[in-house]
Amino acid sequence: MGRFRLRVVGAERLCRVDELSGVVMTSPGPIKKKHKGLPLVSGGLVSMICECPPYRWAASKCYRWGLQGRSLTVMVPYLWLVLLFLAPFLIVVKISFSEIRIAIPPYAPLFEMIDGLYVQLNLHMANYQRLFHDDLYMYAYLSSLRIAAVSTVLTLLVGYPIAYGMARAPKSWRLPLLMLVILPFWTSFLIRVYAWIGILKTEGFLNMFLLWIGVIDEPLVILHTNIAVYIGIVYSYLPFMILPLYSSLEKMDHSLLEAAADLGCPPHKAFWKVTFPLSRPGIIAGCFLVFIPAVGEFVIPDLLGGSSTLMIGKTLWSEFFNNRDWPLASAAAVILLLLLVVPIVWFQRFQSNRSQLGE
Amino acid sequence: MIEANSQERTVFAPWNEADKEPFVRIENVTKKFGNFVAIDNISLNIFEREFYALLGPSGCGKTTLLRMLAGFEIPTSGRIIIDGEDMSKVPPHKRPVNMMFQSYALFPHMTVEQNIAFGLKQDRLPKAEIADQVERMINLVKLNAFAKRKPEQLSGGQRQRVALARSLAKNPKMLLLDEPLGALDKKLREETQFELMNIQEKLGITFVIVTHDQEEAMTVSSRIAVMDSGTVAQIAPPAEIYEFPNSRKVADFIGDVNIFEGRIADVQADSAQILINASDVPVRTGRSVEAALGETVWVAVRPEKMIVSLNPPKNMTENVLKGEVWDIGYLGKLSVYHVRLEDKRMVTVAMTNRYRETEHTITWEDSVYVSWAPNASVVLMS
Repeated sequence: MGRFRLRVVGAERLCRVDELSGVVMTSPGPIKKKHKGLPLVSGGLVSMICECPPYRWAASKCYRWGLQGRSLTVMVPYLWLVLLFLAPFLIVVKISFSEIRIAIPPYAPLFEMIDGLYVQLNLHMANYQRLFHDDLYMYAYLSSLRIAAVSTVLTLLVGYPIAYGMARAPKSWRLPLLMLVILPFWTSFLIRVYAWIGILKTEGFLNMFLLWIGVIDEPLVILHTNIAVYIGIVYSYLPFMILPLYSSLEKMDHSLLEAAADLGCPPHKAFWKVTFPLSRPGIIAGCFLVFIPAVGEFVIPDLLGGSSTLMIGKTLWSEFFNNRDWPLASAAAVILLLLLVVPIVWFQRFQSNRSQLGE
Repeated sequence: MIEANSQERTVFAPWNEADKEPFVRIENVTKKFGNFVAIDNISLNIFEREFYALLGPSGCGKTTLLRMLAGFEIPTSGRIIIDGEDMSKVPPHKRPVNMMFQSYALFPHMTVEQNIAFGLKQDRLPKAEIADQVERMINLVKLNAFAKRKPEQLSGGQRQRVALARSLAKNPKMLLLDEPLGALDKKLREETQFELMNIQEKLGITFVIVTHDQEEAMTVSSRIAVMDSGTVAQIAPPAEIYEFPNSRKVADFIGDVNIFEGRIADVQADSAQILINASDVPVRTGRSVEAALGETVWVAVRPEKMIVSLNPPKNMTENVLKGEVWDIGYLGKLSVYHVRLEDKRMVTVAMTNRYRETEHTITWEDSVYVSWAPNASVVLMS
């Protein structure tokens, strides 16, 4: 930690952390000399905090454990992840290895005390075996991946022109446009998906409109098909695609396109040679943000999809709530996570290797 | 005015040849952005193999003019003719010119080689030919060791070279350079200036450079167009711009200058006399003036053409000012004296420090005489 100079308007003091005790020391009085041109910490708040006993105690403890400002800062997100992601996940993993029971909670404990003498570990692989042997689950996984992949591509196709238009819009328009993209979030997700039922059903707005303008003679069956699910996912996840795309397109230097034109590249070719490759980080981020939640999506296939729409989210739900088979549902959730995490980790490894090679 | 400098050896000056067809003709070009007039009815000619500088303070319209040559802006009125063709409305990708951008605008996702090859690929040249040309360009800018690197892995100077190589790769008839050396440090900038001149001479391409740095414009260019708020103030070779500015604006923008307001007192065949207002000090010029007696004019004298002395200069009744040394700036190779005249105006004089220690060291508050030769004074009518 070493020395640092604390500047407080009015009373500047030299502060340093004592190497042995780790206590923040301040010089006895204000430094008389005025320092011109250096930024001052406004208000006397910092010196108050530095001198109050709890801070001193905490600072000395942290210092003794080798925790410094930087590692403390880095710790916060890790703590968050451990508490709210890793711990619940480990609980799910634990449940996935136990056996279903008609009790509260509805599964057998993983560790059992036998006669008060020794601890017995009950590891049940049966849930996983069932997942792999029952075609229903495999179909659900594959169909989820397929539906998510198709929806991601559709979302990209819809989102890219919107993001591109926003990034090319006059500066004063951009913020309002951004607000409009985020606006749907102000209404409940569930209500928005419900609204689509009203639009897509046989006597819904879409069919009425198409019949009225005479494009079709009889109503189209869209609701309770996979098409409705695609529409629902594309609609719901569009902002997650647009925002990263917009941010990567917006920061692109416009003179690159001028340079391309100057070198003889017409605008439509310059898009594929310059704009598109440079927006790749945005495309990747957007696709991940859409694909991952779409794989596990439950609400949209449940409300808009039909009986033939098989998605792992729906299967999970019915195992969990209809059959009360927590262990099997947990196993399905663990497999789903592995299915998503392994390719992403592999992809990131591949990406960082590529950037290291300087390709 | 050029005849004063030209000697018997042939000088590159196509603008003096009556029958020479200019390579670029800018005819009465005006460019407006909304109500703002960026370029106000400019006409100028650029000849083949010229190194033409557009010089002016920021906001004078020099970049807009360059961008119109490249095709990124379309003139509101007027014509731009490049190599005999009206290019006013031709899009940039169809023009036979290339531009080097101020920001370099290198494609960050491509290597040095790919950046240089980009323009060649647009022409669908055979692969071997592209590879040859890329190699030639990489050799030209001496970047052989960096061909496979990406722009982010290069230093500022190296990026500048890649940008230059990329814009030269297509063998353009004319290269436009927008503040090409602005991002480099002083030493590198000076080196690169000479390198640019060498490359221009070697390839025989017309260069048009935009710069706000007058030294840079003086060093590299064959002619300079001094621009000011959308108009051209003067077009001339560097030496002429410096020695014979046509207005106070140009004199003031190019280098340092002392300007005295006065009135014509006498006009001879080869000289003229002007009385400086307020002090009535007589100033003699080295050439005649086309002006009426009593007309208000301005006399410009460059600081380095003046002499500061402790004793009154011998045999001189004109071009002598009396004053007191107010400030001395020691710059190593020269010293700059700020002399306060009797009428409280300041004059700047620059003298080379030829000797380690001068015998008569001039110091603060010394009473001194500032004098100059008649041919050092330039009469400005506006």
